[in-house]
Parts: sequence; C-alpha cells; structure tokens
Amino acid sequence: MHVVIAGCGRVGSGLARDLVTQGFEVSIVDESPEAFHLLGDEFPGEFVVGRALDWEVLREAGIEDAAAFVACTDGDNTNIVIAQIAQKKYGIGCVVARVYDPLRAELFAQAGIRTVCPTRDVRVSLLDAVRACKITPGEG
Amino acid sequence: MFVLIVGGGKVGLNTARQLLQLGHEIALIEQRKVRYDLIAEGLGEDALVFGDGTEIWVLEKAGIGRADMVVAVTGDDEDNIMISQVAKLKFGVPKVVARVNNPYNQPTFDLLGVENTVCATTAMLNLIMHELPAHRFVHLLSLRRERIEVVELEVSENSAFAGTYVQDIDLPEGVLLAAIVRAGNAMTARGSTEILPGDYVLCLLPPGKERELIRVFLPEEEPERVQLESELDTSEG
Repeated sequence: MHVVIAGCGRVGSGLARDLVTQGFEVSIVDESPEAFHLLGDEFPGEFVVGRALDWEVLREAGIEDAAAFVACTDGDNTNIVIAQIAQKKYGIGCVVARVYDPLRAELFAQAGIRTVCPTRDVRVSLLDAVRACKITPGEG
Repeated sequence: MFVLIVGGGKVGLNTARQLLQLGHEIALIEQRKVRYDLIAEGLGEDALVFGDGTEIWVLEKAGIGRADMVVAVTGDDEDNIMISQVAKLKFGVPKVVARVNNPYNQPTFDLLGVENTVCATTAMLNLIMHELPAHRFVHLLSLRRERIEVVELEVSENSAFAGTYVQDIDLPEGVLLAAIVRAGNAMTARGSTEILPGDYVLCLLPPGKERELIRVFLPEEEPERVQLESELDTSEG
C-alpha cells in the first residue's frame, strides 16, 4: 500500500518513518530540499522536492496509485486545498489533513476530509492534565 | 451592493476605490500592518479590517454574512481558494470572484468549484499572442462559468474558406461564427457574408472544441504548434 505525505517537517517525517515501520510504501513531498535530513539516513521511501499544490509533483510522488494521502505542511489553507485535490482529482478515499484552526477543521471535516486539529487536541490534553491533579472548582 | 474584498494589494485597493466611486459599500481585509496603515491613510478605517482573511472570525467581523459578493485577491492562490470556498460553503455568498496568481493553479480553482477567476498572467499572455503576427489562432476570452470560449482565427490565402459564404461552412457542432474583422473593422457574420483572405473570424465555442475548429479553418497549421489556452494554464499533459 502506497501513502503520499505532503510536508516533511517534524510531524511529516516522523509519520513517514512510522508508516514505513508498519509496512507501507511511503513517498513524501516538501518544497525544501534540506527537509529530507529529518527522515534519517535509513529512510527507504521516496523524497520529492516540490510544491504539493503542483499536480505534477503529486504525480511524481505516486498519488495516482496511492491508497492514502496525508497533508501536513505548515499551512492550513495549503493542507485543505491539496487534500481536496487528492480527494477530487485522484479519487483517494483516505485523505487526512492537519488543520490548526478548529473552525476550518470542522468546516472541511463536513466536506469529507479527515481533519486532525492539533489545537483542539492539545486543549483536551491540557484540560485532562489539569484534571489529573485532582483539584475541584470552588476550593481554595 | 456590499462587496467584501480580501487582500489589500494593488488589485484589492484599486478594486475597493472603484467600487466606492460607483457608490457600492465595501469592506477590505488586509493582514500586513504596514500595508493596512498605508491603506487606512487613503481610505479611512471604517471599511478596513486588520487580520488574516482566511480566518472565519475575521471574515465574520468584516461582515461576510451579509456580503453580496466576495472578491479574493490575495497574493496566495491557496488562500484565495480557501476564502472562496468558505464564502460559498459556510456563508452562502451569492457571488465570488477570485484572483489566480500562478496560471498553473487554474485547474485547482476549477476543480474546487471556484468558477469566477481572473489570471493576469494568462490575460497578458493572450494579449501578447494576439499581437504576435505568427499566431493565426488566438484565444481572446474565457467565460468559465458560462462555458464559452471566444477565439479569433486568421483566414489565410490558401484557406479553403477564403471566398466562401458563411452559410456554406460546415462548422463543428456548438461553434458559432459570430463576427468578421476586415481591415480593422468588425461586422456581424451573416449567412450571406463572404469570407475573404486576410479576414479574421471571431468564433464562440464550448471549451475543448478548439482543435476541431483549427482542423476546419487552419488545416495547414500543425495542431501541436498552436498553443491553446486550455493547455497553457494547466499542468495536465
């Protein structure tokens, strides 16, 4: 199974390595040629330099045969737009996008993109961490 | 009409000015502080909103809920697509116009349902092609939403149509021969109009019919040498 990832930052590169470990064939796209250092020396997947908004770059990364597409560049708008390209142009069923803004994450989740919103998730984690201290409102 | 403009660059600012002059109400969103201050000096702050126009709350603050039209003219194509989609999907804005900065992104605008687009580079290139004597086929205008292309063809000396009447030409289906330009003067094409060498004919046609029309009108032209607008601005081979 082939997975295309757009954005080779800390999250994208780590995810690429995780997916490879789990047996997926992975290619990852980033506009900066230096970004591949984050993948480590042993990365067996493919690294493509270019803008993920460019259909040709996506095709070079093998999007036509991909089972899944993950958009995790540093731009919410870029992620939402390329996720829709993967969905509408290349008919990929499993399309995941990182969207920091909770409002846009929700809007495009309704449009069928699996949006992951770190902002919302961190808020929940922080609240859980505070609750774990077993303090209650109204005291002290 | 209330028009919300996102992006206060040259395009956005001049659009705002023109619309105000025509008596429309506008709001303009700009996210660069220096640019915002500069615009505020000329336009005043009443119609200005400082912030990222791809943020839903910023759009709401600018009044997108009651906008008759949204104009997305930032320098980023992904931002312009996002603004257009949010305007349509979330706020049901009746009219959306978007700027395409890089012609390579035109297919993405089309794919994601952003129909009313303007690309300065493509327009400029079409104009240049129009002025280049070597081009016998020129794309003049694309009405994307209406799905009409307006093209111009030069009738050469050895064209099979030089000396024939408009009514006798077997045009591809859907193609309308609308006008003939002779020695710089345009005239409506009627069935009884004779086509002469050196004429330029203006045709209206649905997208994708260009090649067929070229085969009929310019059989001597090698089709692959003719640059079509539909191929010019797409990354698809």
